[in-house]
Amino acid sequence: MKTLKTLIIAVLLVAAAPLAQAQTADEIINNYIENTGGADAWSKLQGLKMVASANAQGMDIPVEILQTKDGKQFVTYNLQGQQIVATAFDGETMWTTNFMTMAPEKSDTETTENMKKQMKDFPTPFLNYKEKGFAIELMKNDDGGNTFTMEGTDTYKIKLTQEPVMIDGKEEPNVSFYYFETENFVPIAVEGEIRQGPAKGQMGKSTMSDYEEVEGLYFPFSMSQSGQPITIKEIIINPEVDNSVFAFPEEK
Amino acid sequence: MKKLILSILTLALFPIANTQAQDIALKGKELFGDMRARHIGPALMSGRINDLENHPTNARILYAGTAGGGVWKSNNGGATFVPIFDDYAQSIGVVKLDPKNPDQNIWVGTGETWTRNSVSVGNGLYHSTDGGNNWKEVAGFENSERIASIAINPNNTNEIYVGVLGALWSDSEDRGVYKSSDGGKTWNKILYIGPSTGAGDVIMDPKNPNTLYASMWEFRRSGWGFSSGGSTSALYKSTDGGANWNKIHNGFPAGDLGRIAVAVAPSDSNIIYAVLETEDKSKNGLWKSTNAGQSWEHLNNDFGLTVRPFYFSRISIDPKNPDVIVKGGLSGSISRDGGKTFKDLGNMHSDIHDIVFDINNSDIMYSGTDGGVYRSWNGGTTFEIVENLPLSQFYHISVDDAKPYNVYGGLQDNGSWYGPSSSPGGVNARDWNSVGFGDGFRVLKHPTKNIVYSEMQGAENVWRYDIDRKKTKTIQPLPKKGDPELRFNWNAPMAVSAHVPDRFYMGSQFVHKSDDMGDSWTIISPDLTTNDPAKQDQSKSGGLSVDNSGAENHTTIFTIAESPLDQNILWVGTDDGNVQVTKDGGKTWSNVTANLTGIPANTWVYHIEASVHGKGTAYAVFDGHTSGDQKPYALKTTDYGQTWKNIISDDIKAPAFVRNIQEDYENEDLLFLGTELGLYVTIDGGSNWSHFTNNMPPVAVHFIDMQKQTNDIVMGTHGRGVIIIDDISPLRELGQDVLAKDVHFFKTSPFTMVEESGFSGSFGGETQFVGGNKSTSARIVYYLKKRHTFGKMKMEVQDMQGNKVATLGPGKSKGINVVNWSYTTRIPKMAEGKTMSFSGFTSPRVAAGKYKVVLTKGKKTYESTIDLKYDDTALTTLAERKKQEQMTTDLFNMVEDLAYMVYELGETQKKTEEVIANAPKGKKTAQKLHDALENLRKELVITTGDNYVASAEPELRERMGELYSNVAGSYDRVSGAQQENFALIKGEFDAATKKYNAIMAKEGKKFMSFLEKNDMTKPAVESKEDFLSDK
Repeated sequence: MKTLKTLIIAVLLVAAAPLAQAQTADEIINNYIENTGGADAWSKLQGLKMVASANAQGMDIPVEILQTKDGKQFVTYNLQGQQIVATAFDGETMWTTNFMTMAPEKSDTETTENMKKQMKDFPTPFLNYKEKGFAIELMKNDDGGNTFTMEGTDTYKIKLTQEPVMIDGKEEPNVSFYYFETENFVPIAVEGEIRQGPAKGQMGKSTMSDYEEVEGLYFPFSMSQSGQPITIKEIIINPEVDNSVFAFPEEK
Repeated sequence: MKKLILSILTLALFPIANTQAQDIALKGKELFGDMRARHIGPALMSGRINDLENHPTNARILYAGTAGGGVWKSNNGGATFVPIFDDYAQSIGVVKLDPKNPDQNIWVGTGETWTRNSVSVGNGLYHSTDGGNNWKEVAGFENSERIASIAINPNNTNEIYVGVLGALWSDSEDRGVYKSSDGGKTWNKILYIGPSTGAGDVIMDPKNPNTLYASMWEFRRSGWGFSSGGSTSALYKSTDGGANWNKIHNGFPAGDLGRIAVAVAPSDSNIIYAVLETEDKSKNGLWKSTNAGQSWEHLNNDFGLTVRPFYFSRISIDPKNPDVIVKGGLSGSISRDGGKTFKDLGNMHSDIHDIVFDINNSDIMYSGTDGGVYRSWNGGTTFEIVENLPLSQFYHISVDDAKPYNVYGGLQDNGSWYGPSSSPGGVNARDWNSVGFGDGFRVLKHPTKNIVYSEMQGAENVWRYDIDRKKTKTIQPLPKKGDPELRFNWNAPMAVSAHVPDRFYMGSQFVHKSDDMGDSWTIISPDLTTNDPAKQDQSKSGGLSVDNSGAENHTTIFTIAESPLDQNILWVGTDDGNVQVTKDGGKTWSNVTANLTGIPANTWVYHIEASVHGKGTAYAVFDGHTSGDQKPYALKTTDYGQTWKNIISDDIKAPAFVRNIQEDYENEDLLFLGTELGLYVTIDGGSNWSHFTNNMPPVAVHFIDMQKQTNDIVMGTHGRGVIIIDDISPLRELGQDVLAKDVHFFKTSPFTMVEESGFSGSFGGETQFVGGNKSTSARIVYYLKKRHTFGKMKMEVQDMQGNKVATLGPGKSKGINVVNWSYTTRIPKMAEGKTMSFSGFTSPRVAAGKYKVVLTKGKKTYESTIDLKYDDTALTTLAERKKQEQMTTDLFNMVEDLAYMVYELGETQKKTEEVIANAPKGKKTAQKLHDALENLRKELVITTGDNYVASAEPELRERMGELYSNVAGSYDRVSGAQQENFALIKGEFDAATKKYNAIMAKEGKKFMSFLEKNDMTKPAVESKEDFLSDK
């Protein structure tokens, strides 16, 4: 029996050897970037248009997300033929549609300033994270190991620290935790502290799945934020962009 | 570390498993997937707070370390709190922020320190370096049990002192004062008195961090008594960072001391207050030193200063004024003259454990009580409760079979209650009903009548409450001539019979039976306890301060279980270790204690569960923590206690001692175990246990019940209120065969489409806790062998012919996934107007019947069938319902017909505008058509105004939508008014259609022929099918 046990342990050690090698945060991020298209391809990406649908019990709400490399954003959804701007940002001004008047209104300065800090996030904050001034850290679990169970599966948990944000006049750290599936190094969940509202201070979670390739790059085509699923129908790489959509329409 | 090795092994075994048919472990987090617990509170009486901690510079931030419900943080000056410590032991001694980096560096010492009989245990010291997002256990404090103090040098925050109060029920060498000079990596014990003397307050002179004060306390609790005080209790001072300690007792009375509170005035380091428990009553209470402890003067021994030192030993001093001091106590006391005189703090829940002042404004105070956190805005005269701390500490819960079912239970110091498991808008504070005062314990519903039994401590009162008539009667068993004194446990057992509805049992040292709901009682057993006189004198309990609250009554019956299969089989467990059983309704009893295996003598029998799976089958759990034994114990017998089998595996470790077990009514191998550190579940009869952690903190679970109609697991926790896991039936099916499949749909019972509508004013919801409801949706539950990450995975509901009915967002987790479907299809496509038509957001409900659930994963599809039923409480006949469904369909179609007409019209108008702009020849024809269409459009949809008060008068779209939404959303038959309105609207729509056709026949025709003649394209109108599918 004892011999058998020793044998098994020996077999396991051999089998486990490649796995036992400590992963560093950088290795994980490099694997992620390589497995999803490579740093070159990601760096060349100038913009993205995502045609999506938010599904909420019987309602399929069409959503369009437009993002550019220089940090502009235009996120709209459509209700009964009315286009509602959820977020528009031209690098300077952030604005939304007021639901009562259906007219554009500027976001408050604090929100806009926080948005400016996100301009470097495209296409992923992990690409050249050091140059962007971000920090990453591989988290350890309660037993000192590197894996965490997320969505039932083994993941690496990476802490991403970005520039602090201002919330209600006080500076707060900007930290999020990405869970990369150990098997393939793609992120399947992100957690971050909820900053506003009654749940402020608790952790919010988004999940990602249904990764598919678009012109050599892999994107999650299904996402879920606090249980609300969003399905991406189409991703257009480097779309033609009419820059005027980002800007606040001065004439109401 | 062990887990890491295991996970590596599992990974490594993978290739082997393919060839060897390895069994899949029946445990682990993924077993439960996204089955999540929900919390229903209540929060209205909240629960015990152990420690409050301010942020040193940000007055908005406040932490509450709670006795049994973890650490909560407020970001809004105490208006509301959120939990931030839900993965770790929930019993908290102290929360401390790093003075230099308070936003990131947080220390939490676990184990509550106000050592009443019912306290939970902690398991060490924890540290977060990211503001509480992640926590690490600090090595070296694993056996600390209770951490009372943490002090950090504000000039060098790597220098940390920790005061370990230590074990309450046993000796412990882990007690004492510890110091780290490297930010917590390594620790030295710098003050240790002995195995029975722990560190209470360890404080630092904020102006001179090398000066420390430490109060050491000799104390011990047993199952039957408490002792505070001894020769080793003392107050120490160090002026060299803890290297040397000297007693500072100059002026204190000689003799033994008990618990000592100490505080330095933040604004004057020479002023120190101490509260003493001594042998001389006249010397108890407040002492003051004005020379940093060199000498002491006795100031005050008012009740408020001397009451229950083990429970109240906290002094807080106004940060700006050394003469304003507050002492925790039954009511809490405040002095504004340097401690000479005190008055009670304003009304709030009694038993005040900690008070902190706002950092900027001393008028603002926060108070931690047995009933939650309170805020004062006027220097402690008026207090208001924080309403979103669901920290209720249940001793016991039970459920009834109402729809939705109610949960009944009793709370530490907060009476007895019942409330609904679901309620419109969520389970609110106002949904809970009081059914007893004092400490509440067991609350049981009469099986058939609307009557509730409840009790207070030691069965001093047992109430029978007629809910409908609002009448109470006290019905506790009373001694009659010849009876010995009855010994009731503080938490006295009660049981109702499943066989004889009016039958009610209670336990003292005897089993008492009543067949008339408690009006008269018969003793049906001998003394079933050890009747050990050494454990029966509580009059001297307490040590220096007598504390005979009845909480230590011992050698009593603690649990009574009637077999659900046979009214004559009764099981009894006692707090002193006896298990007794009768098979003849109490005529004869057999003491089967000697047959127990692996249970130390006299270990508290906390619960016996008589099984539905066999008359001789029962489970017993044992709790030895009151003698310092924190190991988990649970046994099963199938032969009336002749033999027992251990059903605890290595998966559960001390200090997760066990208080309760619940069996599943269908699968004998499925068991739920309530431990000091949360819920464990086994699906193989106890060979493997898994910790259930999905929205379930490792809180002490005191009682578990299973609601039979819903298969819900309902837990009474001691610190987080009632926690429910909805419908655990999927766990019944889990086994090797299921786990080996790629996808497995779990069986579901037919779903009732609940027809309920009503109002739920959400007033107060901004700051009040609201408990989650049970979903009334269809629960589609499936198992995925592997997490779905790459490629498409979709879920659809189809009718049995394969037509799509609804799209659902499926979960992708490895393990169990739960998807809810609210029985609706899709919303209609509404005509485009200037504003929203809110009625258009109603989607029709489907008809009862069978539906297919189709999961597409890559190229494979998996199917399951679900069955939907109409609600039995429906207001309509089937024929009326069919009519309502038909009118809903008619209106739905009419709404979409209108949408298409408005769309066509709009596209045509676009073309006319193009012609007007570019083709002068056609301008007149185009303009005519455009104007005719525009006039019609204004009748069809709103073309001006906004979505709020500048809204225009409703047009056909709005009125049609309104009727559609009312008919589709109604649970009643179509009303006469609705039918007449339908006729009107249909008439209008038909007229509009005619008008449109007429325009198109006249002006339209001319325009089209103009286009044709000039080789211009016709308006680009999509087919109706394309238009409708283009969502």
